[in-house]
Amino acid sequence: MTLQEYTTSAHNFEECMKCTVCTAYCPVVQVNPLYPGPKQAGPDGERLRLKDPYFFNQALKYCLNCKRCEVACPSGVHVADIIQSARIRYDHSAPKLRDRILASTDFMGKLARPFAPIVNGVTSLGVTKTVLDATLAIDRHRTFPKYSATSFEGWLKRHHRSQAAFPEQVAYFHGCYVNYNYPQLGKDLVKVMNALGIGVQLLEKEKCCGIAMIVNGMSKEATKHAKHNISTIEKAVAKGLKVVTTSSTCTFTMRDEYPSLLGVDNSAVRDSIQLATRLIFEKLEAGAKLEFRPDFHLKVAYHTPCHMEKLGWGVFSERLLKMIPGVEFTLLDSACCGISGTYGFKKENYEASQAIGAPLFDQIRAVNPDVVACDCETCKWQIEMSTGYTVKHPISILAEALA
Amino acid sequence: MKLDTVIIGGGLAGLTAGISLQKAGKKTAIISAGQNALHFFSGSFESMQEAPERAIDLFEEAGIRLHYREGARLMPMGTFRPAVLSLEDVSIFPEGQLPRRALVINFTGYHDFFSSFIAEGLEKAGASCRIRFIRIDEMEHLRLSPSEMRSVHIARVMDKVWEKVVQEVRILLKDEDTVILPQVFGLKDASVPGKIRANIPAKVVFVGTLPPSVPGVRTQQLLRRRYELLGGTYLMGDEVLSATLDGDRVTGLTTRNLQGHPITADHFILATGGYFSKGLESNPEHVWEPLFGLDVEALEDRNDWYERDFAKDQPYLRFGVKTDPELRALKDGKPLRNLYVAGSILGATREDMGIGGGLALRSALAVAETIAKD
Repeated sequence: MTLQEYTTSAHNFEECMKCTVCTAYCPVVQVNPLYPGPKQAGPDGERLRLKDPYFFNQALKYCLNCKRCEVACPSGVHVADIIQSARIRYDHSAPKLRDRILASTDFMGKLARPFAPIVNGVTSLGVTKTVLDATLAIDRHRTFPKYSATSFEGWLKRHHRSQAAFPEQVAYFHGCYVNYNYPQLGKDLVKVMNALGIGVQLLEKEKCCGIAMIVNGMSKEATKHAKHNISTIEKAVAKGLKVVTTSSTCTFTMRDEYPSLLGVDNSAVRDSIQLATRLIFEKLEAGAKLEFRPDFHLKVAYHTPCHMEKLGWGVFSERLLKMIPGVEFTLLDSACCGISGTYGFKKENYEASQAIGAPLFDQIRAVNPDVVACDCETCKWQIEMSTGYTVKHPISILAEALA
Repeated sequence: MKLDTVIIGGGLAGLTAGISLQKAGKKTAIISAGQNALHFFSGSFESMQEAPERAIDLFEEAGIRLHYREGARLMPMGTFRPAVLSLEDVSIFPEGQLPRRALVINFTGYHDFFSSFIAEGLEKAGASCRIRFIRIDEMEHLRLSPSEMRSVHIARVMDKVWEKVVQEVRILLKDEDTVILPQVFGLKDASVPGKIRANIPAKVVFVGTLPPSVPGVRTQQLLRRRYELLGGTYLMGDEVLSATLDGDRVTGLTTRNLQGHPITADHFILATGGYFSKGLESNPEHVWEPLFGLDVEALEDRNDWYERDFAKDQPYLRFGVKTDPELRALKDGKPLRNLYVAGSILGATREDMGIGGGLALRSALAVAETIAKD
């Protein structure tokens, strides 16, 4: 055994050499003085918590779980994992009703979908927002995602036969957002995949990836979802299928948060869970061809979501967009938009959320693109609400550009 | 992913090489395992005497002003060190022109700036000093969490309210010829240090704090933005796990984030830094280069690695990867044909290239020039 193996513990906690680089890149500490910062909340606090859980600090709830501290750390410490694990281990307070509602994305989707026009109408009313703000502390400034009257699952089931006819097949983990709010992205994925000669099928039964539960004090429920999803994915992989995704956060959660925060073993399938952008890039690099419209013109500014930054796969979205003839591409500076899933919906975080996103919003206004491209649904809500610019997934832009 | 050149390491050497190669029309990527030693950058280079304009121009295009002036700079512990090339923030004392009377300013509650060491050092050099603390209302919230009262957080506030510091200093200033301030100005707005200088009727000297270095963070961000604007791909937070070789050529790399997706290139640059960045690793018996197992120049006997006097130059910092005259890496005594080495992983094995930041600049520029010609 080497010296390192004796001294390295969970989440590489002892590798921290107190250089403070993480604090320079934490978006929260810049706007919320109540948050102790990644170094203090993470490795420094952990040393105390290991002695006595009394030292657990409720202010850890201000952590966005954006993982920027981990991306910046020169010593490989999983700073955000230390913080989120401490919340799971030491915070035994029951989650508020509001947090349960925000975290239960697929349950809420199932409830709302049959009444989509009514729900969409009601949630966009000023009076509803005022009531939600007063009763549940969901900030009144937020725009709620619209629900779709038909689910993506329903749509793809109707196209099951035509999809099965393709020689190559992938299974698609669409996530709650594509299923209940924005089936068009799923349809765009099917269009691009089909153009590459690949058919798209559903997993046997997927559940919400659970990230919103993990950060809202519902790790038990999240663990159930994780186990279910991994066993469903294992069945697909056993059939020789790759599992593609479009949401950077669902992907990151299933690949990395399941084992590191929930202790759910995904080692048999982790490598098979891939963002569609990576698979498409690899197909094209290996010689596959896509035909593009000759008249396509679009000024695109690409925003790398935080979890994409952590995955390190933004490069695939970037390269695919740059490859489309007629695209004028700008890479936006690496910065958090401030929403971080359910975080920005909470009244107590609204101001911090908007302050975190401000430099990004300013840069978008300065670039003045036709669309902002981004692989994350909650970044999309935040950027659209805060800047007025339309945000599209790179896959949707690819689909529009196809001949 | 197929590139012309892949650079391992995203610090000063990696970014300098990356920017130079992108300008030469090459397709490059930088793989950076977290942030780098620029976060500890003092703001000066001790060795960049030969053709400094190459670095000055490259930085200028990224929005960073350097000035060439040989002299001494004041260090955080109150000592003086030589400098030839510096960021605009750094004040240089030409020989024989040290301060006579200095006002040393710190912020109340800020523990990362050693005002009394600085005053002591200046007094040893013959100056008289006064230390004064100032309080700025807009940064009082930082004291809610004292462990987070760090240079960069203060600097974010100072980008907006630097004029208040000027006011306070002007009130305190008596007959001093020099004002010493912590280096917490100009994180986003590089013009702030200059504006402060222009508004205080004495020589204003910004002295380094504990990390992160504010001018260092700014330099990192501007160089990275320049590199990406030139079309470079900066893979932040990724780490090379293994390399494949074909005889004396490197053919590809596997990284932690892109497992299953090999990265191939015609040339590779190793700019992984020293011990801090894990470019070199050590145990009680050996010092080695972990990625390729390159030849390392190091003293055999561990007793010779250290000087007992902590403040002296430490021999282990001179250890580094061996290279041929073209800076190609040596493995088992023979050069790898397409693997070049730049930056502090060279230690003091190439004294012709200088030391520290100067070594990073010169070796990176030299390597980029060789590759661009190929």
